[in-house]
Amino acid sequence: MIKVHFSRKQLCIPYALFLALFVVFPMLMILFYAFTDTVDGSITFTFANFINFFTSTAKLSTLLMSFTVAIISTAICLLIGYPIAYILARSKLRRRNVLLMLFIMPMWINFVLRINALRDLLDVINLLGTQNYLNTIIGMVYDFLPFMILPLYTTLEKLDNSYLEAASDLGGNKFTVFSKVTLPLSMPGVISGITMVFMPSMTNYVVSDTLGNFNITILGKLINEYFTTYDNWHMGSMISIILLVIIFLTLLATGGLKDSKTEARGANLW
Amino acid sequence: MVKKILSIALCAIVLVFIYAPILLLVVYSFDNSKIIDVSKFNFSFDLYRQLFHNSEIMQILFNTVWLALAAATLSTVLGTAGAIGIFYSKRKIAKPLQAVSQIPVINAEIVTAISLALLFSMVFLYRTYLSLIVGHMVLCTPFVVLSVLPKLKQMDPNTYEAALDLGASPSQALFKVVIPQIFTGILSGFMLSVTLSLDDYIVTAFTKPKAFDTISTYVYNAVKNGTNSSTPALRALSAIIFIIMIAAVLLINLRAGKKKKEAASR
Repeated sequence: MIKVHFSRKQLCIPYALFLALFVVFPMLMILFYAFTDTVDGSITFTFANFINFFTSTAKLSTLLMSFTVAIISTAICLLIGYPIAYILARSKLRRRNVLLMLFIMPMWINFVLRINALRDLLDVINLLGTQNYLNTIIGMVYDFLPFMILPLYTTLEKLDNSYLEAASDLGGNKFTVFSKVTLPLSMPGVISGITMVFMPSMTNYVVSDTLGNFNITILGKLINEYFTTYDNWHMGSMISIILLVIIFLTLLATGGLKDSKTEARGANLW
Repeated sequence: MVKKILSIALCAIVLVFIYAPILLLVVYSFDNSKIIDVSKFNFSFDLYRQLFHNSEIMQILFNTVWLALAAATLSTVLGTAGAIGIFYSKRKIAKPLQAVSQIPVINAEIVTAISLALLFSMVFLYRTYLSLIVGHMVLCTPFVVLSVLPKLKQMDPNTYEAALDLGASPSQALFKVVIPQIFTGILSGFMLSVTLSLDDYIVTAFTKPKAFDTISTYVYNAVKNGTNSSTPALRALSAIIFIIMIAAVLLINLRAGKKKKEAASR
């Protein structure tokens, strides 16, 4: 028998190959497709897709629409999620873990089914089909609120009480204690929550289709349409590149999100 | 006092917002009308009967579950090995691997989906079971790596060396010493993978074989084609899934809470 010389380091080889083949290479293919075009079966290098995107009013208005939906949804999630996370983290209830669970449990239930349940409810109260724009935002908040609450709760719970006591002992009123101590210390949670909500709100077209009655076009849907309906993979790739630049800029502006996303997905709760 | 009432009111309103649609669906899964009409309620188990006799939906349920288990198992093996490899590698190798691991985590799902469509159509394997499984593994594996790595960092590095000194082979030391110590991380990576796979729509829609459907793609297409109202049995399916998931999550957490308490009282 041949003795296989085995080292712990080598265990990362299959994973490294997997990442190279199924993550890095496909991303490079998007870049290649975005700056090329297929004319009469031959591929040519071009900036046409890029120029087309920024000169097409339809595409630019989709971009604007996506931003509006995402910004409003993220703001509402933050405005609802922060007080909830604060109340839960500061409460002295013995069972606050179970209470937290009630708020974030939806993230483990299939979102298509949840969004459809919401669709039925909106239908019952006669909003479906009449308020596509509003319904889309309600849907994004409904879908992504748990992803805002969890990272906020995690940072607020770790907050050292002695800082808050020190601040009020030194004469800070409740508002100053909050704005000068609590809020700055909870910024990592705020940033992590924003990145968890903002990007999916720009791209998750299942929500906008199901609740906006297929009348709302956001960036994710536009990419989908170029791949399925129009069969123009080059333009679809270009829109993806633009989306990637937006994601990169948001990460840059907020200082990145590091490992917090696994936490925000509730990894440590299982 | 006012603050307390306000806090409770806010929590209650948000909980109503979260659970009202779920409750509506669960209640009206016991009503046999095609479209929910809140002005009347005819109690019956018809939808459940229809559901269990609908072989198409049963097949889809089966598809969804085996896909999630297969993808999660493969991701857990690949990701655990990857995390161990990364942990013991030099910075020069570990850093870029960790950085690339973040790409599918941060990326928009639609971009991951189309990148795989481009790759697999190049080698004529687009919309096959292979592209589907790989698609789900791309979503899940980085999360396994990210949940196993912290456990490796918490581990006492001397135990592995001690096992070797006491005569264990490297693979024995790995399976009998390292794996048990990081097992909670592996398990949470697996559970996370199962839920990510069950939850997925976009990557599935772009990588699945044409005739294959999961719950997500089936329900989305039913709404798109307007056939959802002709299959009210979907209400019963949703109700069952909601109740199973809520029960499972509460059970796991109540048990975990109890364990923590026992540990604390010791």
